[in-house]
Amino acid sequence: MNEIISYIFIVIGALFNLFGCIGLIRLPDIYNRLQASTKCVTLGTSLLLFGVVIKTGLNATGIKAILCIIFILLTSPVAAHAISRAAHLSGIKLWEKSIIDKLDEDNKQKQNEEKGKEK
Amino acid sequence: MILIIIVYILLISAFLCLIRIMLGPTAPDRTVAIDILGILIVGFCALFALTYNLDFMLNIAITWSLLSFIGTIALAKYLEGRDFDE
Repeated sequence: MNEIISYIFIVIGALFNLFGCIGLIRLPDIYNRLQASTKCVTLGTSLLLFGVVIKTGLNATGIKAILCIIFILLTSPVAAHAISRAAHLSGIKLWEKSIIDKLDEDNKQKQNEEKGKEK
Repeated sequence: MILIIIVYILLISAFLCLIRIMLGPTAPDRTVAIDILGILIVGFCALFALTYNLDFMLNIAITWSLLSFIGTIALAKYLEGRDFDE
């Protein structure tokens, strides 16, 4: 019974990984690609490791897998945020059908405030 | 049987990441693909540990996830155009 449940978790995780990577190929823009692939692959790998935890039980191997889940859930969103901010600051344009760009508006507002202080 | 199917699914996803690294038009595209490839390798290590009863592969998985995070942060700082100590 444990084995069947763990294999269900592992298959769902692998499918999430596949769909995230299809999004990485398919979408038009760096920001779209990032938000599709990072979230899907993080959840998929966490599910895969959770399947390993269920299969092995709470011995040394299972606790190592739980540590690995915690590290991935902590580090992956931070890395994605850093990459998207770096891409925006290094001047990469959005897709032409994108509607809103809040970071650009914030930067313009800060520049205007600094100009007002100088005057 | 089912483990072989899972390994093939993960290999196809890694191959799609390699395609994006090959033809990504800008540098952040490639950085995203390298980050995703690192997380996929963590999944591979967990599958190895499950299939062949190798305990130490999970140590490799933990180390790989942390090192991949450090590498991605360093690349992001480099793309942003700042030094590493700011």
